[in-house]
Amino acid sequence: MADQRIDPILAQSVSPAVSAIPAPVAVAVPEARRPWRLGPLLEREHVLAGVLLAPALVILTIFIAYPFVLGIWLSVSDKVVGRPGSFVGLQNFRVNLDDTIFLRAFQNTFVYTFIATFLKLALGMAAALLLNHQFRFKRIMRASMLLPWIVPTVLSTLAWQWMFDATFSVFNWMLMNAGLISTRILWLGDGVLAMGCLILVNVWRGMPFFAITLLAGLQTVNPDLHEAAELDGANAWQRFWRVTLPLIKPILLVVVLFSMVATFADFQLIYVLTRGGPYSSTHVFGTYAYEIAMRAAKLGQGASISLFLFPFLLGVIVFQLWYIRRASD
Amino acid sequence: MSEQMCEERVSRRAFLTAAGAATGMAVAGGIPGIVAAQKAPSFPKGTKLHILEWTSFVKASDVEFKRLATEFGKLTGVDVTVEFINMNDLVPKIASAIETKAGPDIIMMISNWPHLYADGLADVDDVAEEITKRDGSFYDFVRNVGIVGKSWKAVPYAMGTSTWAYREDWFKEVGAAKFPDTWDELRTVGAKLKKKGHPLGQAFGHSLGDPNQWAYPVTWGFGGMEVDPSGKVVINSKETIEALKYTVALWKEALDEGGLAWDDTNNNRAYLAGTISATINGASIYFVAKRQFPDIAKVTNHGHMPKGPAGRFYSIGGQYQSIMKYSKNQQVAKEFLRWFMDRPQYDPWFVANDGYVNGPTPYWEKHAMWERDLKLVPFKESVRYGRWPGYPGPPSRKASEALVKYVLVDMYAQAIKGMKPEDAAKWAETELKKIYA
Repeated sequence: MADQRIDPILAQSVSPAVSAIPAPVAVAVPEARRPWRLGPLLEREHVLAGVLLAPALVILTIFIAYPFVLGIWLSVSDKVVGRPGSFVGLQNFRVNLDDTIFLRAFQNTFVYTFIATFLKLALGMAAALLLNHQFRFKRIMRASMLLPWIVPTVLSTLAWQWMFDATFSVFNWMLMNAGLISTRILWLGDGVLAMGCLILVNVWRGMPFFAITLLAGLQTVNPDLHEAAELDGANAWQRFWRVTLPLIKPILLVVVLFSMVATFADFQLIYVLTRGGPYSSTHVFGTYAYEIAMRAAKLGQGASISLFLFPFLLGVIVFQLWYIRRASD
Repeated sequence: MSEQMCEERVSRRAFLTAAGAATGMAVAGGIPGIVAAQKAPSFPKGTKLHILEWTSFVKASDVEFKRLATEFGKLTGVDVTVEFINMNDLVPKIASAIETKAGPDIIMMISNWPHLYADGLADVDDVAEEITKRDGSFYDFVRNVGIVGKSWKAVPYAMGTSTWAYREDWFKEVGAAKFPDTWDELRTVGAKLKKKGHPLGQAFGHSLGDPNQWAYPVTWGFGGMEVDPSGKVVINSKETIEALKYTVALWKEALDEGGLAWDDTNNNRAYLAGTISATINGASIYFVAKRQFPDIAKVTNHGHMPKGPAGRFYSIGGQYQSIMKYSKNQQVAKEFLRWFMDRPQYDPWFVANDGYVNGPTPYWEKHAMWERDLKLVPFKESVRYGRWPGYPGPPSRKASEALVKYVLVDMYAQAIKGMKPEDAAKWAETELKKIYA
């Protein structure tokens, strides 16, 4: 019976060769019809585009847009853990501006970001220029360069914690044995010095990213250009400023902006090394927001601290996108 | 007294038998007998119970807890899971569990968290009352933390405290036959010790434990307090300023300069490395010394938090277990807590902790375990002087906020760094007024 019903369809829609297939296989045909119906639909460009974009959109909505909107809502509410929050307008932000620890964290975040990014750029560029030369063990050097960046932040930071330890610091041991100091330096015991240590560790960890990315940029620079400049009498310094730098500027800007965003939102390194201490002198937005939102259970207030980042980061991202688009035009 | 003699005098079994007889319970039948006597309810097949605990500093404690949980599972037919996580991970886990209304049925609480998370916790009045009926009243500070409003929101089960671990040999060298009883005596002895190259050690950085173990008890000892019982900020007082002046003087004369950079672990290492002669800590320094540095353990003893003009105080962040309001297994969870807190089960767990924790009621001070090692006696007694962060104000969200902002710790740290004590107290007042507004 079934065979008889399917056969006419087969005869209409598939080639004679296929219609010769024995009956059991032909049962699968109703499924085979689906592309026939979907096909024309998917051939319309906007439908296909929508279908292809849908998974990405769903992911972005669930993991980026929803938490972000929720974060904004929290920051204008008095939400605490376990209780529904109500709208309080900009009250949380006003409280922040009246909070000395917050203001210190605000200042620290900018100091930390700008100094660390500048140092990472300068040292990363120097390392990239060196690595761009031909020398023995070049590959090993390039690979080992990446190590600080690959090791999980918490692990490497714990090692740094030992090196800065008030009692067992290896730096103090070396300096004392070299006769340079007579009493130990308390690396993490003073606000300014501790901030310096945090920046140092951040630079150590982030510099390889700069070095390797800039190295990739340097390798796209045509050696002929250098040769031509050299023939025209340009010295090394001039060749760097006039030839290399303009050519790798797009990649340089992208790296700096990426790094700034990441450094601005840093948390792990500071939380492991100082937890914002001593005397709340090393808090940044991330660490202070965590203390307030999680440990004091004030989700609304905590969100308003981390959202203080938002206008700045938005500016950075808008500039970044604008620049990339302009460069690619 | 030798360990063996103590064991003979009051063995654990004898203690249990006496304890059981006193409350008329069927101890002879062992755990199944007790469960049978209490008519442990049997639960539908497939009932689950998920318990979240921290990873204890004492490994045997976790092993015993897990064993008991498995035992409970066997007796009741409930599928019990115990999850152990790092102490610092408890907070985010609790917050997300309460917010998403999903997660473990029982979660461990420390510090004054029952007040912080009260809205997400189920009442456990019946369990707490049962313990009171059997073992007597809880310590006052325990009641204050466990009861929110009018209901118990957490079952207190252990109180871990910090006392002074100190080097008896070095203290004797400067003429101190025992640990100083008052803060002033400690200053005199400490100054002598530092001159000999054996300073005292105390953390003033940002970490939950040790820095606060200084800030709160010292402030209280000199008569200072963040807020009065009504919640009015009264930190900027001459008592607080005295406590600050004392701390700054002790810092210069007797303490190791590293303290401003220390967290909870630095003093353990410094003590075991022999660079400091005394420090405030849980029993962990002594336990590690016994295992790895027997020579240091031999000359280590423990002393009480010294007395100030206002008395002797300890800040104790006990261990509590709360049943989550969202849990669908509240009845099972309650049965578990009731069963775990009952003497036949609680006793071996308490003993496994080896003196690291006290019981939640004075009843457990009488346990023979305390006679195994007399060096731990100050830990046993410390609970009598226990208070909560924010005392004498009520434990509250505001007290928690002051704690996580390290207001008291930073007040001391800033004075040590050179801020005038009067200004440091004023700074703390400004910060606390914003919190308690």
